[in-house]
Amino acid sequence: MANPMRIRAAAKEGVTEVRVLMSHVMETGQRKDSSGAAIPAHFITELVAKHNDKVVLNAQFGPSVSTNPYLAFKFNGGAKGDKVTVSWTDNKGESRTDEVQVA
Amino acid sequence: MRQKIIAAAIAAAAVVAAPQALASEELNFDAYRQMLADGNPAELFEMEGEELWTTARGPKNATLEKCDLGLGANVVVGAAAQMPRYFADTDKVQDLESRLMHCMDALQGIPSAEIINGSFLKGERAKVAALVAYVVGQSKGKPIQVDLAHPKMKEMYAMGEKTFYYRTGAMDFACSSCHSQDGKRIRATSLPNITTSKGAAEGWGSWPAYRVSNSQFWTMQHRLWDCFRQQRTAEPVFGSDVTIALSTFMAGKGNGHEAVWPGVKR
Ligand code: HEC
Repeated sequence: MANPMRIRAAAKEGVTEVRVLMSHVMETGQRKDSSGAAIPAHFITELVAKHNDKVVLNAQFGPSVSTNPYLAFKFNGGAKGDKVTVSWTDNKGESRTDEVQVA
Repeated sequence: MRQKIIAAAIAAAAVVAAPQALASEELNFDAYRQMLADGNPAELFEMEGEELWTTARGPKNATLEKCDLGLGANVVVGAAAQMPRYFADTDKVQDLESRLMHCMDALQGIPSAEIINGSFLKGERAKVAALVAYVVGQSKGKPIQVDLAHPKMKEMYAMGEKTFYYRTGAMDFACSSCHSQDGKRIRATSLPNITTSKGAAEGWGSWPAYRVSNSQFWTMQHRLWDCFRQQRTAEPVFGSDVTIALSTFMAGKGNGHEAVWPGVKR
């Protein structure tokens, strides 16, 4: 089971800034463990962010993104109390969705 | 072994002769740290720890809400800034890790031996680290305020000071060999001068920390263990008196300065 994300969203002068911290190993597939065996790739492939029900960001992730990735972005609109939802899916088909209210 | 010794000798040379042109200011670690601080992944560990605090676990199926970190049962805000401290119920000076271990044992029935004999980042010791993240997160921006009045605190402080200057191990290093001068660094890490109040606070108050280079969250116990290793001396037992003494010395010396924990390091 994937661990929760830490999401913060704040609206200011018609623009909402969203900051997301994800908990994920982001294994590239290029590394070996201490016995020399390849560590299988395990990384987020897609991320979708929604403002209420509208998609505001759709991102392709890959193995070059760090462990426990941090993502910050802004979208036009959004007001206090609105819902921001962030979902990711990884190459093993695992996924995680968390939501937060705009502050 | 031989290679290790050579590597240590090179490290030692770097402490003594870090070229002036590469002083820590010019490498601008602070700007780097500020960039990282906004999304410090230590927060993920804080979240995990917060949940662990209120989760019924262990053979006694209990939460940690009756745990007293010095300010009363279940009072977490500000507690870390005043540790290590003397606890009357155990008649001991305890740092945050050893106090949490005590609470887990007494309230939840999770044997301390399992943590002491365990490994960093694994099992119950990893749980202690997450709890540490949560507790120090509740002292963010607070000044370090360790009460040294109790005789056992004085004793611990004195033992920590003595250990700090005590030369030992294959290289005959003391903590002070690497941590008693201003503006020094090893590799790209600046070394605080722990013999000053400001430097002690910098060292004490920026751990536990998330390490970006290996994506790991390290407590002060972990930091100290690694410094003993860098000193090429015997590894300290987790939560042992010598580690608590060094922490009492650093925290006591850093009294009054603001802590930035949980930190973020390269
Ligand atoms: C061989 C040199 C060396 C010795 C000896 C040494 N350390 Fe360190 N210490 C380091 C290095 C290098 C770092 C930075 C490590 C890093 O961030 O990867 C460090 C970091 C620290 C920090 C955190 C500082 C900060 O601002 O992040 C503390 C606290 C500390 N050491 C305490 C001690 C204590 C106590 C001892 C004695 C038991 C000791 N060290 C012995 C090299 C040493």
